[in-house]
Amino acid sequence: MKNRFAISPPLAALILAVVLFLLSGLLPNGYGSDMEVARAQAINILRLSVFLGIIAAGQTLVIISGSEGIDLSSGSVVTLTAILTYVTVNGEDEKVLLALFISLGVGALVGLLNGAGITFLKISPFVMTLGMSGVVTGAIIIANHGNVSGKIAPIMTRLIARPLSPSIPIPNALIIWLIFGFLMWLLLERTAFGKNLFAIGVNRVTAKLSGVNVTGMNLAAYSLAGALAGFGGFLVVGNTGVVMIQLGQPFLFPSIAAVAVGGTLLSGGKGSYWGSMAGAIVLTLITSLLTTMQMPESVRRMVLGDTLLLMISFYGRQKALRQ
Amino acid sequence: MKRLSWDLMMTRYPAFFALIFLVLAVVINFILQPNMLSQETLNNNLRVFLPIVLLTVGQAIVILGGGIDISVGATVSIVNTILATRVGLDGSPEKMWQFMAISLLAGALAGAINGFFIAYLRLQPIITTYATSFLYGGFALYILPNPGGGIPASVAEIYRSWTPLGIPLAFYVMGTILLLWWYLYSTRFGRFLYAVGGKAQAAYETAVPVTWVQFSTYVISGLMAALSGIAITMLSGSGNAEIGAAMTLTSVTAVVIGGTALSGGIGGVAGPLMGALTLGIIQNIISFAKIDTWWETLVKALIIVAALATPGFINLFRRRRG
Repeated sequence: MKNRFAISPPLAALILAVVLFLLSGLLPNGYGSDMEVARAQAINILRLSVFLGIIAAGQTLVIISGSEGIDLSSGSVVTLTAILTYVTVNGEDEKVLLALFISLGVGALVGLLNGAGITFLKISPFVMTLGMSGVVTGAIIIANHGNVSGKIAPIMTRLIARPLSPSIPIPNALIIWLIFGFLMWLLLERTAFGKNLFAIGVNRVTAKLSGVNVTGMNLAAYSLAGALAGFGGFLVVGNTGVVMIQLGQPFLFPSIAAVAVGGTLLSGGKGSYWGSMAGAIVLTLITSLLTTMQMPESVRRMVLGDTLLLMISFYGRQKALRQ
Repeated sequence: MKRLSWDLMMTRYPAFFALIFLVLAVVINFILQPNMLSQETLNNNLRVFLPIVLLTVGQAIVILGGGIDISVGATVSIVNTILATRVGLDGSPEKMWQFMAISLLAGALAGAINGFFIAYLRLQPIITTYATSFLYGGFALYILPNPGGGIPASVAEIYRSWTPLGIPLAFYVMGTILLLWWYLYSTRFGRFLYAVGGKAQAAYETAVPVTWVQFSTYVISGLMAALSGIAITMLSGSGNAEIGAAMTLTSVTAVVIGGTALSGGIGGVAGPLMGALTLGIIQNIISFAKIDTWWETLVKALIIVAALATPGFINLFRRRRG
């Protein structure tokens, strides 16, 4: 194995993000030499990355679990739990915890159904979760008939959207994300669950022969992924304060892209959540840069596609057939 | 003996369920819409189904070769915007044929770009074609920022109502595709396709030109997407850069309902073709069953999930018993 690029994908993505951000200062309407504006912009981009990052967490788990693992239902689960939170809380601080549990529970239930279809009925994850996404969207449409009434609670805005304190301008969402990232690292690297998840991602047969409960792990991975998407929905509505039927869908494919950019193999068995976090930051950064550059939508999409291709060409390459 | 024949049917003919679903869907549709098999209604339906059928066939070939193509919808959009802006409502039929040829080239080029990144640079198919879907979708939007443009009515009319010998045009197109596929299947390329999709490493070690086969599946898919784009443009008669966006995931679902496994190397093209028709008929059934508009999305999704789950349920049940 030639070690030409000893640098790890998460680090590479992070370096790319920093370089891009520094370069963006040179743009006509960039921050220029104003450090105050630069800092505010950087923090804002990080704050926006949080939501994509959290939604990419569940995606990371199912992708690591291998066997073409993917969760295409996460976008609609985000919408569903955002709406459920919005309706349940209805402006009252004391119902926030209940809404959080509902979000996690409903997400986990959808994930469990995904896992059951994939594990027991041998439906490929791509179409199973795609079908489930349709079912969830259908349920949302019926449940609220196109409009919902509710309100988020002040405490949610305080804990998610606002900075830590007036003197420390670090958004709370970012702190939640850091704690979350640490927990994800613990889960993946320091628990039996994490070890087994990588094991089934590499090879299900050898994992099974080594005593891993493959069926149980698969169900757990999809349920947890659903619950994390549910948590994402809870956070997103806490940040935006409004809900709409298309709230979660725009996060879906970017969440997969974030995982890939972070160096997690889409074929499973290899990856990290740090990578997905870095990927979420890079993607959010590029998207917001393209927006501030005021390019037409068509050019924006083309540049985003090109950048993505460039990034995965750099370290997303698979093994050569000839060895 | 009976059990053996069932297992044989399942493994040797993965399209078996697709045929059952199709027949079932046709029967239900026939009950709800008794004039379904009249020449006019049949043509009306098939001309709507044909674009997604064409797209699904291309998708099926990529999937058989072990890949997936998320950019096909964007290629449809490119072709649609090229035709709608360059030919125009008052363009001549000759101009239309000329730009149809250009569209096919554009589709093949889009597929070749995908193929280059995936087969030669060895990037992961889902994420690569997702990236190029932005590239192509953005390009389509660049050609035609706002919906508009069009193609001459005389050409659109050929697609919409030409029924040679009383049989809708779509039948001839689907028949030609199936014949071409069966020819391809019998050639060395057909063998290679299944070998690469089944296990690329093993195929490589037995001297199958893996890279070249993978590359060509994406070119075929690009060409089929271009054909699909031509069909949908002739159907709608106008241009819209977002026209193909919703078609991509439908084509993947149709492939799987058609019994072709996403893991590659298992299945065929006839099954996915039937899968695409079934999805179209399901949409028909839903509109004829007078389901409340609010319920449509859920009912359709539930039917699709049920269709996906049925083979699994039957196998599970049989294994428990046997």
